[in-house]
Parts: sequence; structure tokens; C-alpha cells
Amino acid sequence: MEKLIIGGTEFNSRLFVGTGKFSSNKLMAEAIKSSGTEMVTVALKRIDTDNNEDDMLKHILLPGVQLLPNTSGVRNAKEAVLVAQLAREAFETDFIKLEIHPDPKYLLPDPIETLKATEELAKDGFIVLPYIQADPVLCKRLEEAGTSAVMPLAAPIGTNKGLVVKDMIEIIIAESRVPVVVDAGLGAPSHAAEAMEMGADAVLVNTAIAIAGDPVAMARSFAKAVEAGREAYLAGLGIKSDIAVASSPLTSFLS
Amino acid sequence: MFSEVLETYDWQETTGRIMSKTASDVERALSKRIPNIEDFMAIISPAAEPYLENMATLSQHYTQERFGKTISMYIPMYITNSCTNSCVYCGFNRHNRFDRVILSMPQIEEECKAIRNLAPFENLLIVTGENPKAAGTDYLEEALKTCRPYFNNLTMEVMPLMAKDYERLSHAGLNGVVCFQETYNRNRYRIYHPSGMKSKFEWRLNGFDRMGQAGLHKIGMGVLIGLEDWRTDVTMMALHLRYLRKNYWRTRFSVNFPRMRPAAGGYQPNVVMTDKELAQLTFAFRILDHDVDISYSTREYPAFRNNMMTLGVTSMSAGSKTDPGGYHTYPQSLEQFEVSDDRTPLEVAEAIRKRGYEVVWKDWDKTFD
Repeated sequence: MEKLIIGGTEFNSRLFVGTGKFSSNKLMAEAIKSSGTEMVTVALKRIDTDNNEDDMLKHILLPGVQLLPNTSGVRNAKEAVLVAQLAREAFETDFIKLEIHPDPKYLLPDPIETLKATEELAKDGFIVLPYIQADPVLCKRLEEAGTSAVMPLAAPIGTNKGLVVKDMIEIIIAESRVPVVVDAGLGAPSHAAEAMEMGADAVLVNTAIAIAGDPVAMARSFAKAVEAGREAYLAGLGIKSDIAVASSPLTSFLS
Repeated sequence: MFSEVLETYDWQETTGRIMSKTASDVERALSKRIPNIEDFMAIISPAAEPYLENMATLSQHYTQERFGKTISMYIPMYITNSCTNSCVYCGFNRHNRFDRVILSMPQIEEECKAIRNLAPFENLLIVTGENPKAAGTDYLEEALKTCRPYFNNLTMEVMPLMAKDYERLSHAGLNGVVCFQETYNRNRYRIYHPSGMKSKFEWRLNGFDRMGQAGLHKIGMGVLIGLEDWRTDVTMMALHLRYLRKNYWRTRFSVNFPRMRPAAGGYQPNVVMTDKELAQLTFAFRILDHDVDISYSTREYPAFRNNMMTLGVTSMSAGSKTDPGGYHTYPQSLEQFEVSDDRTPLEVAEAIRKRGYEVVWKDWDKTFD
């Protein structure tokens, strides 16, 4: 299958995996491996960057896996830029998942601060992947600000509800000039497959894998679903419904 | 720039792809709410002909969803037929011997008054020839300022300009620009446009990017049907539209499908598009792009315009004179093309109302410019 390219880096897998909520770091590492992912998020706030032996980091640093540090915990653009700079130093990567959710309850992203931070970080050479509401206009504004991808949420984070905002994501995919990574809310492999069938470039899954009865098996299921969805998209899906035809012909004047 | 995108498409190969589309490709395309370019190729292909009724239904549905039951009215005003190009199909070709006209500002003002006396037009399309020395940006700017008090919306069909000139004209009241690529066939373009600035394919093609960069409110596009295989040409235009939408997403777009007809003594078209094909193309563009303004000029006959006005068309001209000064100053001068619908604007408006549609004269206010 053709590769996904973000910020000049190629990815074979279109499944990105989040690293929160796992019951152990060991289990997390196994799930990452079985997912086949090549992009794994890591929250700077969870890592002891002064400690080379940090247990979580040890389990995330795997060959062939790009680290995607996130700014989770920041509340505005200023804090996000600071955290991004720290992450760049700590993890030696320009990749940054920009997450600015000032509200600690629903973790909903702040579009205004996200746009501001994207502008600043892109200018500073970061490969910015912002977590956002599925807002097509915001996506265009982020493109102009120099974002490398957009990551619209499918549903409120952690809810496992699937593509609640499908219509908006459809518009984003149709209009975007940068890769679209559907993030947050995908609760089952079928949701991931649906997003990929629609033409999403990748998906990011965390909770659904981390809290599954068997996270390793669930990670593998997601990998299959993402691959199947992508292939189906490229193959051209069949027809869902019959086309309604007017009872009185509209085109009789042409014959 | 779009020229880089277009380079990745081979003309022959695209024609082949369109012609090999099957009924199942058409059915798949019609089942999607947002079709892609491959789907578009299917619904303009010969394989889609049995699906014309389905396409008309969808086209009408999407048009009503976005525009309601309305037709927006506009009228062209030719301000000059002075032209340094020698387009083989055009009456204004510089080799044609006739007295060229460049309307003066007082004459333009008289034309404005004459148009306002015809009907309550607020959308004016100012049309020029390409003569940068005799009728360049300074002249165009003056013309816009002269027309401004009479109309709320000024669009100009003008040769490709530099981005800074588009910007300058937009400060003088220019809301939109119409420019026809005529054909996207890079290799054959020069045959039809042998000299003058218009012979420069890429300058024209990338003019649309410059319009977008200048932040114009509206961009009008078109291919001249009659030069090259129309299916391939409109596919390239669809690609261009998609590209422009992604890059200049604040701009509105309109499309036009002027078709040449065989005419005694005139330039003979290489391909002739039937009414059925034009209907298919109109439906296809609406299905591809639910928001694009689809414009039918007075090149089309009254009966066909009447039938199509409820099936996808969203704007129409009426009462058009296609010669400079045609409304007042020089009522008998040479037309650029022959008008096929010579009903008065009020007659056209009546035909629109008869079909249960609202005639919209004003849908913009100059305070927004």
C-alpha cells in the first residue's frame, strides 16, 4: 500500500497509537508492537526527561517507531510553545502533537490558542499535528498557518462513540491539502475502518486499545481494520442506496 | 501553481480513462455525496447517458439545497473590442478588419444608464479585449469607478493580470473575475491562440492562482466547447476547480460552458456538443460541486435555457449585447458572438417566475467590497 508522508517522513502504517491509560508499561509496549504502528504519542508530562531510565519512555522507544510528543496539560498557546520546545530537546524530534485543552473535564481543544501556537511552531520548524474539533474552516486556517496535518476528533475523547461528527470529517477530507488523521472517540476497529473508508489518511487510537480486555489483541484488530479501510477506499466502495428518480421525467425535453 | 498539477495529467490517457468508464462506475459516482475526479469522469462519459434522468434529479436536488429556487441575473457590458490577440475562433481577432472601439468614460456611463433602464440589474459583467497598452489596468480601473455608482456587483472578464493589478482593481470595486482557459490541452492551445499574450498557456492557466492570491471574492472559469474533446477539457477544468477550492477556500467560483456552433462563414468548431451533452455536463458539475455557480449566457436558445433553469443552472444573462457600446453608443457594431436568446430581460424574468423560481437581481452589496 502507498505510504503516508507527514513532514517528509514516510509511514507504512496508518494507525497511530496513544500511550495513556494502559495498565502497565510492559503491556503498552506489547500493544504497540502488535499494532504495527510507526507513530506513537507520548505526553511530555508523563516522562521524567532527566532520567535516562524512565520506565515509560524505555517501553515506547522501539525501532521503526516515530515518537510524537504531545503538549497535553497546557492551557494556552504560550504554554504549548514552551512544552513543544522542551519536547523537541528531550526527544530530539520536530514532530509535535499540539493539544491545547484548557477544559480538564471533556479535554476539548481550544481552536483559537491552537491556531496561534501552530503559527508560531510551524515558523520555528516544527512538524505540527494539531488536535482539533472537526471544524473545516479551522482546518483551512491551520493549513495557512503551516500545519503538517490536521487531527479532527471523531467524538469526545475517551467516549468510544465512533464517527459522531462524520459529516464534518467528510468535508475536511474533501477540502484538505494536508493529511487528515482522525483522532479521539474511535472505540472499535469498525469505527477506524469507517474513517479510513471515507478517505482519512490515518487514525489515532488510544483508549479503545488501552482499556480493552486484551489490549494486544485489540491493537492487532485495529491494525487490520485500518488496513482494510484504506484498501477499500482505494478500491472504490460499492453503492449504498438506490438513486431516487423523479416520477415525472425532468429530461424529456432532451429527447 | 496549477500548472504543476496539470503536468501530472496526460491528455490522451485522461481521454482513454473517461471513455472506458462503465455503468457501474457511473452508479458508484452517483451514490457518493462528494464525488472525486474519477467519479466526475464517469458521469460525463458516454456510459452515463442512460442515467441522465438520475443525474437531473440529483442536480436539481443539490441546487435547491444550496441555492433554493432562484436564478441570479447578470448582464454583460463590452467596453472594448480592441485586442492584440489573434484567437482563430474570435470575432475580435486582431487580423479582422473593422473599426475598433474603446469606450470613453462618458460612453461607459451612458451604457450603465441604458442597462439600468432595461431592468433592475445589479450584477454587471464588464468585458474587455486584450490590449494592455490602449486599454490596460489604468483604463480598467477608471471603467470600474465609472460603473460603481450604478451597480452593486462588478465582475470583469479580462485578460490575465498580475496579482497586484487584480488587487488594485478590487480596490476600485472589482468583486470577481471571469477568465476562460478555452482549452487545457497544452500542446494544442497554441494552434487556437497563435500570437499575443494569450498564446502563453501557463500565464493564462496560472492567472487563476493569481486571482486567488489577490483575494478576489469570485472567480469564473470556463472552457470553450468546440476546440478539443470536451470531456477531457471539462475534466481538467473540474480538477482545476477542486485545486482552486482547496487553495483559495474563501473564494466563490462559477463555471461556464460556452459552446460554439457551426456557422456560415465563421470558424467551424472541431467538436459539436449536443443539448443532451450540455445538460449532462451541467448535471455532472452540480453533482461534483454543490456550491459552484453555473452560468448560462444568451448563447443558448430560450427553450433550452427555460428547461435547464430548474435543473442546475444558477445564474443567467439576459438582454445581452456582445459589442462595445451596444446598449446605447453604437447599437449596430460587430458582435463577438451571436446571441441566441434575444428575449428582453423582463421576458426572461417572467419565464423564470413562471417555473416557480425567484428572479434575483441583487445578491451582493457594494459595502462588502
